[in-house]
Amino acid sequence: MIVTLIDYGAGNATSVERALRRLGATVQLSSSPETLQNAEALILPGVGHYAVLVRALDHQSLRPALVDALHRGVPFLGICLGLQILFKSSEEAPELHGLNLLPGRVSALPSSVKLPHMGWNQLQGKRPSRLLENILPGAFFYFAHSFAVIDANGESVALCRHGSDFAAVIEHKNIYAVQFHPEKSGEAGAQLLQNFLSLAAT
Amino acid sequence: MTLARRIIPCLDTDGARVVKGVNFVGLHDAGDPAELAARYNLDGADELVVLDIAASRDRRPTFLETIRRVASELSIPLTAGGGIRSLEDARAVILAGADKVTVNTAAVERPDLISELSREFGAQAVVLAIDAKRADSRWDVMIRGGRESANLDALIWAKQAVASGAGEILLTSVDRDGTQIGFDIPLTAAISQAVNVPVIASGGAKLPEHFAQVFRDGFADAALAASIFHNNVQSIRELKQFLASQKIEVRFPC
Repeated sequence: MIVTLIDYGAGNATSVERALRRLGATVQLSSSPETLQNAEALILPGVGHYAVLVRALDHQSLRPALVDALHRGVPFLGICLGLQILFKSSEEAPELHGLNLLPGRVSALPSSVKLPHMGWNQLQGKRPSRLLENILPGAFFYFAHSFAVIDANGESVALCRHGSDFAAVIEHKNIYAVQFHPEKSGEAGAQLLQNFLSLAAT
Repeated sequence: MTLARRIIPCLDTDGARVVKGVNFVGLHDAGDPAELAARYNLDGADELVVLDIAASRDRRPTFLETIRRVASELSIPLTAGGGIRSLEDARAVILAGADKVTVNTAAVERPDLISELSREFGAQAVVLAIDAKRADSRWDVMIRGGRESANLDALIWAKQAVASGAGEILLTSVDRDGTQIGFDIPLTAAISQAVNVPVIASGGAKLPEHFAQVFRDGFADAALAASIFHNNVQSIRELKQFLASQKIEVRFPC
């Protein structure tokens, strides 16, 4: 299996690629719609501003290919902004449209706490998760974000809390997504990426 | 479920090698950055900072190669800085594998640098480094490696930088740096309470109790140290075990 890592130019594709290669995965970086259409497994990393990702997807004509692949059941892992883009819109750039594949929207975390939510935090499991298999319940993951899906619903398999509860892990059919950075989350993060590789290969 | 306080080892380099010295005087070799990075990654470091303290133009390619070598050893976040004066400098450092960049003197001289970096890479990637020195009733911002006063109140500068888009502050006490008598608690508490972004305390650490103090009384979100980790004076794992025993939330076991 070849994992296609969507490289839209502004993300942290290199560090995700490095983490996947450490696990022995075959990885190709791509920013072409054709490659996305034929992908066996897709990972969309992301860091920074929501608008940068949305504009990059549209300028590089990746949106239709990505939505099509997701509808066809291609295993997908979204990381950070790659999670947020699955929803309808974000308060970070209200004029832009996300992929609108899942119900809910991206909101600012409350300013009663320090922002960005930066550092290692734990999860609160809501229901059985394939991404979190073989990971101890108290494990820490690395977060770096100020916006999150707060009106988390049925698709959240684990929440995190910083000022308010928000969706930390999402699993919906072939769509998997995490708000934290597994590629920066030590052994727990490596296990999560391994879990995605395993489920994508079966 | 609380955000853990972070322990961050710092590699001061001359571009290629980790160096150690007081106020840039009597620098001596303290090891290979990639080897130290691998050790800290295993020992439970929560992040790593690598700085080019020489920051000379002609050594830049060497430092970028150092960042690449360090990043390839890590499964934790990496911050890099020293001599970053423009968007292009920052982009090179991020493409080499850094997750965040620190800016210091260049941001004091041209505060727009902070908003430019924040718009391009996001606030979470922009760390403002402040070197602060006690001056009567306030703390002065020091630039050029702590040698020169910017004639700027550190509290005012911190607030201004956060408003411009800095997502984190790396706060070094020039008075405490290298003394090993503990962090500057009043300074750290003052800055941490003045801004709504995470603050990394730096300067003066030696004992585990120093770290407990800066988290408990200085309200630091993270604490940074260099030589005590390089020399094995303090193991990160044992430090975090101690902090956990003091009921301070850390990523442990790690």
